[in-house]
Amino acid sequence: MTKSASSAPAGGVPVLMKGNEALGEAAIRAGCRAFFGYPITPQSELPAYMARRMPEEDGVFLQAESELAAINMVYGAAGAGVRVMTSSSSPGISLKQEGISYIAGAELPAVIVNIMRGGPGLGSIMPGQSDYFQATKGGGHGDYRLVVYGPATVQELVDLTIRAFNVADRYRSPVMILGDGILGQMMEPVVFPTEKPAEVAKPWATTGRQGTRGRNVVNSLYLAAEELEAHNLRLQAKFAEMHSNEVIYESIIPEGAEVVCVAYGTTARVVKSAIAMARQEGIKVGLIRPISLWPFPDEAFVNLPDTVRSVLTVEMSAGQMVEDVRLALNGRLPVHFYGRMGGMWPIPRDVLAEIKKAAGREAGVAR
Amino acid sequence: MSVVVMERVVFREDRCKGCEVCIAVCPQKIIALDSRINKLGYRSAAVKDQEACTSCGLCARVCPDAVISVYRPARPAKPAPAGEGRKAS
Amino acid sequence: MSSIVERIPVYEPPKSLSDVSSHYCPGCTHGATHRIVAEVMDELGLTDKAVGIASVGCSVLAYNYFECDMQQAAHGRAPAVATGVKRVRPELVVWTYQGDGDLASIGTNEVIHAALRGEKITVIFINNAIYGMTGGQAAPTTLIGQKTATTPFGRDKSWSGSPIHLSEMLALQEGAAFIARTSTHNPAHLGRTRAAIKRAFQTQLEGKGFSLVEILSTCPTNWGMTPVEALKWVEEQMVPVYPLGIFKDWQADGARSPAAAGAAAKSAKPAEGGK
Repeated sequence: MTKSASSAPAGGVPVLMKGNEALGEAAIRAGCRAFFGYPITPQSELPAYMARRMPEEDGVFLQAESELAAINMVYGAAGAGVRVMTSSSSPGISLKQEGISYIAGAELPAVIVNIMRGGPGLGSIMPGQSDYFQATKGGGHGDYRLVVYGPATVQELVDLTIRAFNVADRYRSPVMILGDGILGQMMEPVVFPTEKPAEVAKPWATTGRQGTRGRNVVNSLYLAAEELEAHNLRLQAKFAEMHSNEVIYESIIPEGAEVVCVAYGTTARVVKSAIAMARQEGIKVGLIRPISLWPFPDEAFVNLPDTVRSVLTVEMSAGQMVEDVRLALNGRLPVHFYGRMGGMWPIPRDVLAEIKKAAGREAGVAR
Repeated sequence: MSVVVMERVVFREDRCKGCEVCIAVCPQKIIALDSRINKLGYRSAAVKDQEACTSCGLCARVCPDAVISVYRPARPAKPAPAGEGRKAS
Repeated sequence: MSSIVERIPVYEPPKSLSDVSSHYCPGCTHGATHRIVAEVMDELGLTDKAVGIASVGCSVLAYNYFECDMQQAAHGRAPAVATGVKRVRPELVVWTYQGDGDLASIGTNEVIHAALRGEKITVIFINNAIYGMTGGQAAPTTLIGQKTATTPFGRDKSWSGSPIHLSEMLALQEGAAFIARTSTHNPAHLGRTRAAIKRAFQTQLEGKGFSLVEILSTCPTNWGMTPVEALKWVEEQMVPVYPLGIFKDWQADGARSPAAAGAAAKSAKPAEGGK
């Protein structure tokens, strides 16, 4: 393909960009060489951006005939040893789950983006966070885990996308960016790094023997039970290593906090506004914002100050991450939940009301 | 001086599954199943009469298990007639 | 004193075929076709630059039987996986090996779109009119009246439709550069299969587009026949339903319209001789 003049935004200085497009640029700067996708709202700007930018970088953009084909093209390209990405939104990610399971089983590095919308079924095209279970608990068949990142700003979308490629290569494992429709569609100033991605050696990849080695095989089939168990034990050891090393979160717990809110992604920004409103009313509220949704930051829930009376989890779902919050707390504190669904999102005033309930500040609520 | 002709057809009998397709295609009808059971648990096909083999190679070309190699004897070196080179075979 | 007469190989197993015993049933033509693919890889010198994609079904373990790099793909998705490999490493020779359940049922979308994109990959498509690995269920390629585990009274056209003619369909796609249907039922047809596979790989090497060889094959176990009976069944029952021939050849009929190619596909007769 003819290399056209680069339309790359400048690095090292703030530029104003839409979330979906910034994510694409971040992938390219992380050394992503191929993008395979299928159109679905609200992530469509990302493939459109890649269609324009990839040829400038001698990379591959290909619109597949379906999500099934797209994720399997990712499998092939990842197996051939290049950095590769696909993106979709909730219903499309459901279709990709089989392929993600194969990618995890065959131990291939790849980055998968889910710009979530409301479900179940065809749901809506409005933002949602109801794919948390699917993303963090497996999604496809078999015992596997993905590192899942839940960015809250466009800058974080960029930083975590670059990180995702590095983590995927480090562990030979798929990594998911779990954004929502608001983040994908919003414009914010963002600074791209200027350094070039490190070259990662992939001696296992199917690059053709080239007279230098024996056959490489990319595979997730182990017909002998003993062999499959051994493979699974090795995978589990890898997931345990990821669990120890890849936790990221933000924690702001003011002295004397009565309530700690837990939220990720765009919802965490709404919660921050509600926390500021609560402070004005004299209620001290903390925030734990998981950035890695898997591994979940259990450690953030250890050693909360004695002043904390309860925890409030806020999501754009019927309550999914809240289950991990309960597991992390293991019954030490009451856990409240507030969620909106179907493409509706919480607004600060409503979250403030929930904070007051959780703090026992609401008239008529005895705690 | 005696002449030893090496076998024209070599069966890797441990690989044979006894499907009999080679037996069906052999124009000389010189292949049959052996009475012994190989390590895969099959009666392997074997050539009964190497001297009758014409090295046509059909058995090897139908074999699903790459059991068979086929050879033909090199033409015995004849003295080249005067003034004529010999073609390399 | 005795003299040993030197011998010259007429046929030896190809080096691109792994030196292992396969899991295939006795007489299954997967083995012969594997061997032929390996012969062509040897002849064209592809082993060091090829990536084969194994599919799901009896040939799922194909990655154990070829000496080139291999990937194993999800059911039906081998053409998409091959696309991923070929697009990022166009210098490689990428091929898939798929049965009729994999390619002609669950994977129709992937193979059709690979063909219409003119994806520079080679597909080896095994048509034996049945699902083998899962225990002899009906496939889209099952013949009318053929009894299988899921058509115990024979395939009924009014209930489950008619056999799929995939090569004819694919030949209509402009991106398809070489499409042929061959058979395995005797040495002459195995020879034609080898020639077609060689043409298909050459099509890819010359960057002409998508290539596919559909190969009529046996399943003695699930057909309930001896291997020799099964070969006869291919000749007598399958060949009349699935005409042999070349349906698209970028060199021979590159100028022909898709409609003409389709008509040619319909009228293609079983290749002469060798019966």
